[in-house]
Amino acid sequence: MAKDANTLTELGVAAIREGVAGGDFSAREVAEAFNANVAAASELNAFIVTTPEKALEAADAVDADRAAGKPLGKMAGVPIGMKDLFATRGVQTTAASHILEGFKPEYESTVSANLWKAGAGMLGKLNLDQFAMGSSNETSHFGNVISPWRRNDGGNAALAPGGSSGGSSAAVAARLAPAATGTDTGGSIRQPAAFTGITGIKPTYGRCSRWGVVAFASSLDQAGPMAQDVRDCAIMLEAMAGFDPKDATSLDMPVPEWEAGLNADMKGKRVGIPREYRMDGMDQDVVKCWEDGIAWIKDAGAEIVEISLPHTKYALPAYYIIAPAEASSNLARYDGVRYGLRDLPDGAGLQDMYAATRAEGFGDEVKRRILIGTYVLSAGFYDAYYTQAQKVRTLISHDFKNAFTECDVILAPTTPTASFPLGDKVDDPLAMYLNDVFSVPASLAGLPAMSVPAGLNGDGLPMGLQLIGNAFDEQGVLNAGLALEQRAGFTAKPDKWW
Amino acid sequence: MSVDKATVAKIASLARIRMSDEELDRMAPELNNILTWVEQLGEVDVTGVEPMTAVIPNTLRLRDDVVDADPLTAGGKRDQILSNAPAAEHGFFGVPKVIE
Repeated sequence: MAKDANTLTELGVAAIREGVAGGDFSAREVAEAFNANVAAASELNAFIVTTPEKALEAADAVDADRAAGKPLGKMAGVPIGMKDLFATRGVQTTAASHILEGFKPEYESTVSANLWKAGAGMLGKLNLDQFAMGSSNETSHFGNVISPWRRNDGGNAALAPGGSSGGSSAAVAARLAPAATGTDTGGSIRQPAAFTGITGIKPTYGRCSRWGVVAFASSLDQAGPMAQDVRDCAIMLEAMAGFDPKDATSLDMPVPEWEAGLNADMKGKRVGIPREYRMDGMDQDVVKCWEDGIAWIKDAGAEIVEISLPHTKYALPAYYIIAPAEASSNLARYDGVRYGLRDLPDGAGLQDMYAATRAEGFGDEVKRRILIGTYVLSAGFYDAYYTQAQKVRTLISHDFKNAFTECDVILAPTTPTASFPLGDKVDDPLAMYLNDVFSVPASLAGLPAMSVPAGLNGDGLPMGLQLIGNAFDEQGVLNAGLALEQRAGFTAKPDKWW
Repeated sequence: MSVDKATVAKIASLARIRMSDEELDRMAPELNNILTWVEQLGEVDVTGVEPMTAVIPNTLRLRDDVVDADPLTAGGKRDQILSNAPAAEHGFFGVPKVIE
């Protein structure tokens, strides 16, 4: 019973898995349909490499298992996009940087291996900001990702898909993939999800193994799913998460059954509204969207409580000390010796080779952050910058601990504005950093947080609402997300122009 | 605290990133903007506050004290380790001469 390929690519994770299991269509048909959409969307530049053969191979294995009556995995027959920050054996893995161009890992990241084991297949490696450093996907060595969304003014201005998981957000929004992996260091799953009208969750720090994920800031980096809706995120997160002895900060806790536990009834739940997130000069469409969200969550039965997170304004500056400090240390490994690019000028010695290789291989934003990190960690400045930032981080974490004595989950906007045109902020690093003002605090505290599409602004662009939960309470975040999703009725999609 | 061009050149050298004069000229004001902005952290009273070291309760695990208990670190992976090296020779990483 073959289905029309255009219909198949509208389906999400749950619908594909159930259709394949029930024999409505084959996993191969699904993979072929998405492969075709990927091949026809090169204008979006969402993929760095495509791997249609991998998607077909995984699909055929699922179809064979089904024919043989074997049990099927959580993601059986679902082809996905893989952010090019996850090491994939034999398939180029670059972190969107020139310094890793051509790098073909000899090993598979734990998260991607978990997904393949659950029956997912790989459509390709998704573009991102270089080393996941950026909020607009304009720092990739392989070019900007273009958002499938356009303003409703009839103009063709190319818009940012968000970052750093911009290839992931663009691919899901444009129906090139039913779901994609993302990673979130300061908002890199939630902000691009909000910009493109999709759903994404960053779990509690430690839920998903960092093994085989190119490191940016190790105390913050956390992987998570990006998909069309809350249920699809729950399914995919279950497949991605789990204790991994190969990651020293992996959570040694069983993975809850988040999908089975979904429940949009918010009766008896208290939802916190942080007063410090109401900032001067906030975009009025975003304010209105937040008010809608408060009304929806009340309608779902929740009690609204005003809460205070007093150190909110210090989260972003603390982040821009801690993350670059960790990055400058993590990125020391790119030396032109063991893997990746080598630039060896005539007659150069070892030290010259390091400096030339890194000058050639890293993009501007990466260099900027390495320099800041090196400076704040250097002798004489370490305490004033780095230790102070880590103390402020403790205070931010305490703010959340206090808040969760008064509420079960926090509701806030994901971003201060909707998407902006490519090029608008690229010359002003500080303006770009301010994009993450609402997402960074939860990252610093290691808390689960998700973005759910909630409406369109006056320009016809998506806006997201963010839910932040207590540590290990992904279920509370997903449930509140589901309550919002059911009431927001967000069905807008970008008109196909690519 | 503001950084001048000479300081940026020193940091770049510590970070092993070669930078041209033009790049240093461009980078210095950008870094100054960012550093001036993060210095607002100085106004936070952190008396008696411990710097955060881990966001989740974390205990370091010990593996069994057995030779080659972990197949990943048990050796025998030379060719895989060298497979992405820009200059692998005779089973080693090749680098420019370091002894004058």
